[in-house]
Amino acid sequence: MDTRRVSSAVPRVRQVGFFTPNTPAQHPAPTRSQSGPPTSDSPPLSGSPASNSLSPVMIPPPRHLSDNLGGRTSALPVPGRGNAGEHATVGSYNPSESVLWLESPPRSRIGDAEFSEGTESSLGWYRRSNSGKVASSLPSGGFDLSQVKQPESVAAIEAKNPLPEKSEAQKEQASNSKPLKARTTKAERRALQDSQRAAKAEANKSNTPGGGASSKPMKQPPQKKDGPPVASSVAASERIGVDRPVEKERKKDLPPPRMQFDDASRVGKAKRRSVLNQPETRNRVELFRHLPPHKNGSQLPYLESKFFELHDMHPSVYKVGLQYLTGDTSGGNARCIAMLQAFQEAIRDYSTPPEKTLNRDLTSKIGGFVSFLIECRPLSMSMGNAIRFLKSRIARLPLTLSESEAKAALCSDIDRFINEKIVLADKVILRHAATKIRDGDVLLTYGSSCVVEMILLYAHELGKQFRVVVVDSRPMLEGQKLLRRLVAKGLSCTYTQLNAISYVMHEVTRVFLGASSIFSNGTVYSRIGTASVAMVAHAFQVPVLVCCEAYKFHERVQLDSICFNELGDPDAVSKVPGRVDVNYLDNLTDKQKENLQLLNLKYDATPSDYISVIVTDYGMIPPTSVPVIVREYRKEYLLI
Amino acid sequence: MPDTQTLVNDFLNKLKKRKIEGSQATAKQTAELLRSVISQTRVPYTNQAAALIQSVKTVGERLIAANPVELAVGNVVRRVLHIIREEDLSLTTAAMAGLNLSAASDDEDDVDGDNQPVLSAAAIAAASRSTLRPPSLQTLLEDVPDSAAVPHTSSSGGDSEGKSKSADKSSRSRKLKHDVIEAVNELIQDINTCHEQIAEQAVEHIHQNEVILTLGSSRTVLEFLCAAKEKKRSFRVFVAEGAPRYQGHLLAKELVTRGLQTTLITDSAVFAMISRVNMVIVGAHAVMANGGVIAPVGLNMVALAAQKHAVPFVVLAGSHKLCPLYPHHPEVLLNELRSPSELLDFGEFSDCLDFGSGIGAPLLHVVNPTFDYVPPKLVSLFITDTGGHNPSYMYRLIADYYSADDLVLQRRATSGN
Repeated sequence: MDTRRVSSAVPRVRQVGFFTPNTPAQHPAPTRSQSGPPTSDSPPLSGSPASNSLSPVMIPPPRHLSDNLGGRTSALPVPGRGNAGEHATVGSYNPSESVLWLESPPRSRIGDAEFSEGTESSLGWYRRSNSGKVASSLPSGGFDLSQVKQPESVAAIEAKNPLPEKSEAQKEQASNSKPLKARTTKAERRALQDSQRAAKAEANKSNTPGGGASSKPMKQPPQKKDGPPVASSVAASERIGVDRPVEKERKKDLPPPRMQFDDASRVGKAKRRSVLNQPETRNRVELFRHLPPHKNGSQLPYLESKFFELHDMHPSVYKVGLQYLTGDTSGGNARCIAMLQAFQEAIRDYSTPPEKTLNRDLTSKIGGFVSFLIECRPLSMSMGNAIRFLKSRIARLPLTLSESEAKAALCSDIDRFINEKIVLADKVILRHAATKIRDGDVLLTYGSSCVVEMILLYAHELGKQFRVVVVDSRPMLEGQKLLRRLVAKGLSCTYTQLNAISYVMHEVTRVFLGASSIFSNGTVYSRIGTASVAMVAHAFQVPVLVCCEAYKFHERVQLDSICFNELGDPDAVSKVPGRVDVNYLDNLTDKQKENLQLLNLKYDATPSDYISVIVTDYGMIPPTSVPVIVREYRKEYLLI
Repeated sequence: MPDTQTLVNDFLNKLKKRKIEGSQATAKQTAELLRSVISQTRVPYTNQAAALIQSVKTVGERLIAANPVELAVGNVVRRVLHIIREEDLSLTTAAMAGLNLSAASDDEDDVDGDNQPVLSAAAIAAASRSTLRPPSLQTLLEDVPDSAAVPHTSSSGGDSEGKSKSADKSSRSRKLKHDVIEAVNELIQDINTCHEQIAEQAVEHIHQNEVILTLGSSRTVLEFLCAAKEKKRSFRVFVAEGAPRYQGHLLAKELVTRGLQTTLITDSAVFAMISRVNMVIVGAHAVMANGGVIAPVGLNMVALAAQKHAVPFVVLAGSHKLCPLYPHHPEVLLNELRSPSELLDFGEFSDCLDFGSGIGAPLLHVVNPTFDYVPPKLVSLFITDTGGHNPSYMYRLIADYYSADDLVLQRRATSGN
C-alpha cells in the first residue's frame, strides 16, 4: 500500500544556478522521500517524516494533514503536496531519509560546548520516527531501521561504494518510487496513517529504555548522556502530538544557542565536567565575558599529568587536543583534518563494549572526544560541520553490519570527507581562482590561508606573471611563514603590516582572502584583520575574492565580531617578540594592571558588502548566494 | 653669527637623521632656532622686515629641504615669516597713524625681496594688507573704497616714509626686531601649551561612559583623555597598538597609570571593535589645507571603519600642525618609509632579501611607511587650540596663521637654486 502513498506531484528539481563541477547531486530523482512504510520495496523508506521536516525550503504541513498523523510520524508522506517534490529534491541525494532526521539536531550543536549531547538526542529522533511507523516494539528504536529497509541497498551501498554507484542506486529508487506515489487516495492515506499512529503509540510505550534522548534537543540539559531523559521523552512525544512537525521545522532552522560563558550556572556545570583547569580570569574585557577565556599552553603540564586519568580518551585524540592547545596545529583545514584523522584512529581501535550498540556507544564516545577538543580550543565552524557529518554517518550505520565492517565503513567515510570536501574542493577552487589572475596583477593576501597559498603557487606554476603583497598583523604573524614559502617558490613578494594597507592598496588589483567560515547572511568569518583588509580594498575599489571550501559554510548568521568569537592569549598582545625597545607594559604595578585589559581576538566578521565574490568548490558565487548553497547542498554534503 | 650657523647645521643634521621625535618638538626647536637667527640678523636701517624675512627664509628653506616630510618645520618657518610681516605692519600702521593709512596693495611680491630704500614705502603699504588679519566686517566694508584709492594711498605712503625717515628710524629698527622676537616667543609658548588648550575642551566632547578608540600614541590625545578624566568623567579607552612602532603600548601604560580603564587591542581588531566605540580620537602628524590629515600609519583604516559604523572621527591637532599646503598624492609624496627591520628580522629573511630574481630586482620587498593620509571626508571634527572645526573650514583657519606670500616657500628655493 505504500506504493500508493507516493505523491503524484512531480518533484521540482531545484537547481542552483552555479557552476557545480563535482556535484552529481541534482540528478537522482527526489521522490524517494515520500516512500515510507516498512514493507515497502522501495529502498529509501523509513525516513519520510524527516524529509518533510528537514527541508528549509518547505512550507509547513497544512493543518488537516497533521491531524492525521501520529505524533512522531508527523510528517508522514503527504502525497500530492507540491512542496513534497520540492524538498525531496533538496534531499535528493540521500537514499535514506532517516539520516535527514539526524542531521538537524547535531547541526544545532555545532560550535557549542555540548556537542555530544546533540547527537544523542538526534539518535532519539531517529528511533522514534522509525518505530512509530514500523510499529515494531524493539527496545531500542534504532534497530527498526535495519529491518525496515533493505540495508544493503541503502546504507551499505552508500558506505562502501564510491559516488557514481550511489547515484545510480538513487536513480533506481527514484524511478521506483515515483509511479508508486501517484496512486494514493486520500482515504487510503488516512487509514494508513491512523494505523501507523496507533502502532507507534504502542511502540513508544513498549519502547521505554531506548526511547531516545528527547524530543527537543534544545531544551535538554547538555550534560545528559543516555539514561535520564527517556521517560520524559516518551511523555513529551506523546504530548506533543499534532502540531509538532510544524514546530520542529521552525526550530530546526534556528541556530542553536551557544554556550554563553557569562551564564554562571552553566559555566559552573561545564567546569565540573571539564578536564582542563579553567584559567582564572583576571581582568577580562567586559564585552567578551560571554566567550570562553583563552587556555594557554601553561595548562599543558597539567593536562599531561592527567593523561592516565583520561583513560577513555584515545591517544590520538589526546595528541590532537594538545596540538590545538599549544597552537601547533592551526588553520581551519589542518585542524579539521587532524581531528578527523584522530577520530579515524580512535574508531579503528574501538570495540563495542558488551551490551551496547556500536551506533550509540560510538556516538557518545565521539561526543566525549569532541568536548575534550573543545576544551582545548573552541571548534571552528568547519570542524562542527565535519563532526556533524561523522555522527550522522555513525547513526546511519545499518545494524546488520558487523563491527569491523562498520568501522571500515566509517573510516572510509572519513577519508572520503577529507578527500572530497577538503582536498578535491581545494583543487576545484584553485582552478576557479586561477582564472581570475592575469599577467601583471598585483595580488594581495592577508595572513596565511592555505587555499590562497595554493592558488598563488598554482597560478605561478601556470606561468602567470604577478606580484604578491603579503599583509600581516600581530600577534600571529602568520604572514611571515606564508611569505617564506612563497619566496622560496620564487614568487615576487611584498611584505607589509596591516596598518600600511592603505599605502599598498593603490597598486593592488585583486585581494584574495581565506575564511574560517562563511555564514548564511554572507558574513565572512575569518582571521582577525580580514575585515579591515576587505574594507580598505572596497574603499579603493579593488575586487575582493574570498576562497573557501563549501564545507565551511554555516547556516548561522552573524552581524558583528563580538557575539561570537574566540579569545586568544591576552599576553601575546602586550609582548612584542623580537623588539626589545617595546617593553612599556613589562613592569606594571598591580594598580596599573587593574586598569589595563588586553584583548586578543582571533576572528572577525567581514560584512558581505565588502566581498566581490566567494570562490568555492561549487563555483564562484556572490555572498548573497551563500544561504542557497547552504540550503541546497546541506544534505548532499552530509551524505557525501 | 657663526654660532647661528652651527646651530642651524646641528638642527639640520638632526632633521636629516630623523632624530627629533614628534612634530611638537620639531616645531618648538624650529621656532627657537629661528628666534636666534632673527636676533642675530643685522638689520639695515630701512626695510628691516624684508631683511629679516630674507634671512629667515634662507634658513627655513634649508630646514624644510632637510626633512620635507616633517611639515611642522615649514609651518613654523611660515608662522615666523608671518609674524615678521605682521609686526612690521603694526609698526608701520602705528607710525602712520597720523596719516590714517590702511592701505591695500596687490603688488607686494615684487617689492618683497628688495632692499632699496626707495621702494620701502610701497613695501610698507603692501605689508598692511588686510588679508593678514582676521577680517572684520568693518575692514571688509572699508576695503571697497580703499581698493579704488590704491594709487593715492601708496603715494601718500611715500610721503609719509619721507617724513618719518629721519624721525624714528633707529628706534623702529630696534623695535621691529624686538617685537618679532617677542612674538616668536609667544609662538613657542603657544606650541608648548597647545596640549593644555586642546585638553581644556575635552569635557565638552567626552560624556559619561563613553567608549573611545585611539591608535598609536599622541601626547595631545593623552592630555585630552586625562583632562576629561580629571574632570571626573568615567569612560573607557580602547588603544590599538599601532604596529610597527607599538606606541599604543606606551599610551596604554600612561593611561592606566592615570587610572583610566584601558583596553589594549591589536590593530587588526579595530574593525571588530569599532562597532562598540562611540568616538575615535586620534592625533595627527599634520593637517593639510584641504582638511586632509597626515597621520600615523593605520589611521586611514581606522577612519574608514569609523565611517562604516558612523562613529565620529575626531582629530586633535595643535596649530603648529596646520599646514597651508594642499596635498597632492600625499600618501606617497608626504610619506616616509622606515626600516624593514621593524617588520622582519633581517637575519631570518636575509637570504630572500639578497636573492636576485635574475632581473636584478630582489624577490622580497618590505614596505613600512610612517604615515597615512586620511582624506577630509573621513574626518568628523578637528579640535585645535582655537576650538573645534570642520574639515572644510581648515583652509580658512590656516589663512589666519600664514600669509599667502609664504605658501610657496620651497618652490622658490628650488627655482632660486
